[in-house]
Amino acid sequence: MQERAKALFMPRQDLIGFAVLALILIVILPLILDVFRLNLVGKYLTYSFVALGLVLCWGYGGILSLGQGLFFGLGGYCMAMFLKLEASDPVSTKIQSTPGIPDFMDWNQITAIPWWWQPFNSLTLSLIAVVLVPTLFAFIISVAMFKRRVGGVYFAIITQALAAILTILIIGQQGYTGGVNGITDLRTLLGWDIRSDNAKLVLYFVNCILLFGCLLIAQFIRKNKLGRILVAMRDREERVRFSGYDVANFKIFVFCLAAAISSVGGAMFTLQVGFMSPSFVGIVPSIEMVIFCAVGGRLSILGAVYGSLLVNWAKTSFSESFPELWLFAMGALFIGVVMAFPNGLASLFLRYIEPYLPAWYHGKAKPVQPAEVVEKAPLTSTDTQPETATSKSTEKQSDETVPVNSLEGGVYVD
Amino acid sequence: MSIKANDFVLEVEGLTVSFDGFKAVNDLSFYVNEGEIRVIIGPNGAGKTTVLDLICGRTQATTGSIKFRGKELTRMKEHEIVHTGVGRKFQNPSIYDDLTVFENLEISYPRGRSVFGALAFKRDKEVIREVEATAETIFLKDDLDKQAGLLSHGQKQWLEIGMLLIQKPDLLMLDEPVAGMSVAERKKTADLLNRITEGRSVLVVEHDMQFVEDIAHRVTVMHQGKVLSEGSMTRVKNDPKVIEVYLGH
Repeated sequence: MQERAKALFMPRQDLIGFAVLALILIVILPLILDVFRLNLVGKYLTYSFVALGLVLCWGYGGILSLGQGLFFGLGGYCMAMFLKLEASDPVSTKIQSTPGIPDFMDWNQITAIPWWWQPFNSLTLSLIAVVLVPTLFAFIISVAMFKRRVGGVYFAIITQALAAILTILIIGQQGYTGGVNGITDLRTLLGWDIRSDNAKLVLYFVNCILLFGCLLIAQFIRKNKLGRILVAMRDREERVRFSGYDVANFKIFVFCLAAAISSVGGAMFTLQVGFMSPSFVGIVPSIEMVIFCAVGGRLSILGAVYGSLLVNWAKTSFSESFPELWLFAMGALFIGVVMAFPNGLASLFLRYIEPYLPAWYHGKAKPVQPAEVVEKAPLTSTDTQPETATSKSTEKQSDETVPVNSLEGGVYVD
Repeated sequence: MSIKANDFVLEVEGLTVSFDGFKAVNDLSFYVNEGEIRVIIGPNGAGKTTVLDLICGRTQATTGSIKFRGKELTRMKEHEIVHTGVGRKFQNPSIYDDLTVFENLEISYPRGRSVFGALAFKRDKEVIREVEATAETIFLKDDLDKQAGLLSHGQKQWLEIGMLLIQKPDLLMLDEPVAGMSVAERKKTADLLNRITEGRSVLVVEHDMQFVEDIAHRVTVMHQGKVLSEGSMTRVKNDPKVIEVYLGH
């Protein structure tokens, strides 16, 4: 009873998982990669925000969204609008017919900054907008859909259509949005040059911190009653409804949360890559993000991070040599993952690696193993007992790090 | 009879639902007393499950009224009906396979039912005590940490009954609670139902006649969406109309 009473926010296994990921992202990768490669990893990590949102929304809640690019893109655009306004000061745009407005507006014969661009003069308002605009958008979509009990495939198709609509809208309104090129040529953040190596390094770490913040939120949800309701809803929606829950509200909440997390990724993408364009909003990127999530394991919040790193690394290295084949390879990967291991890399870890990890990893959950060692030990000699125990644990410890490294090896060999 | 209307827990009056012109339930009226176990029987397609669906809000009535403790249910949403104290068990055991027995019961515990209520929910002593007490009632005390999907069919049925009990409903509706159970399990379930009726009314849809005899205080026989006969099991059993359409073969 006491065991159960403990609200286990972070069980031992999860803590080790978080620590290993933090070690890789915050210590190992910055040490062994040059700034260019690290910036690339940072870009991949911005997708893992979206994948993380999908773990909550799709993996836990059972709501498949094929339009998460929408929220990633909106977050990214909000950030890009601020940076663009800062880059368009009258001095550096003095050759334009109307100095002081973004270059693409000038090319499209627009002579004043439209009213809805005005809030993006302020960094504070822009940062609020980064999260608020996509979340509000998600709220409107999800209220309209879930209150009417639209779900499953229909919901997935509608989100996909919305992602397509936003892309078309952005491309069509070139004068206000930069059109198909997106918002480019971003330079400084409050005077700080984001294109410098130093800035890229700092932004990488900011990105990591934000990612861990979102991971902790996700962990909180996962271990909370809300997380269990999401799982229950995924399996038996009717039962949850007839247990007195307004199911739609829970779906709306998790969809908005996923959107908010994705939008942070979008903003960090803009900052680290230096532009935002409709090619990160539409159907293809949205589906790619579902693949990142599926490869990592749709029930694993850490898997989302590994999945995005791994697939993006593969994409970068594969599309360098066979650019035409990448989309086929990606499709094959998705089908392969869904057919062979529907819960992704995380399920492989749970099945083939976790059982062989030493007792300290499992903590109190498996106190039986050391006891067995003690029982067997006296048969030979009492002295060897601690020795075997320690050698066993170090052996297994290396066992544990090897697969993780080989996973990550994939990322930085690139 | 001179009983006042509010002496009944449930009053169903003139209830009709039509699916594309087919009247699955046709001008149905019945009344359930406080503390009563009422069993609805009838041949397949008589509209028994539809009645339960109508009461719990899963299906919208075309006309008629359903009053629970004087409150009109026909225009309420499903979760609001649950909040007034009506619990519903489905025909096939409907439990959360991926969660443990404990978690299944905990989710059904009536606290933290809004999004933010769920976020703030704490597994305190009271919750644990309630869950353990309920688990004991439904014979699953030793399986609290077992994944619910691994339970036997009969245990799943009990778990779902337990999930309703922990909500402390005033009206418990069970759709074929002993379907697929062994003889021993049926006996245990009948005992369970007789034990839990204290302070609540139970509405059961069932086919198993032995089980009906074991638990029913009164029986309502339905046929083609209407009440064919009503009364004690002995009376119903000897009703020629009932024998003709239902029991006779």
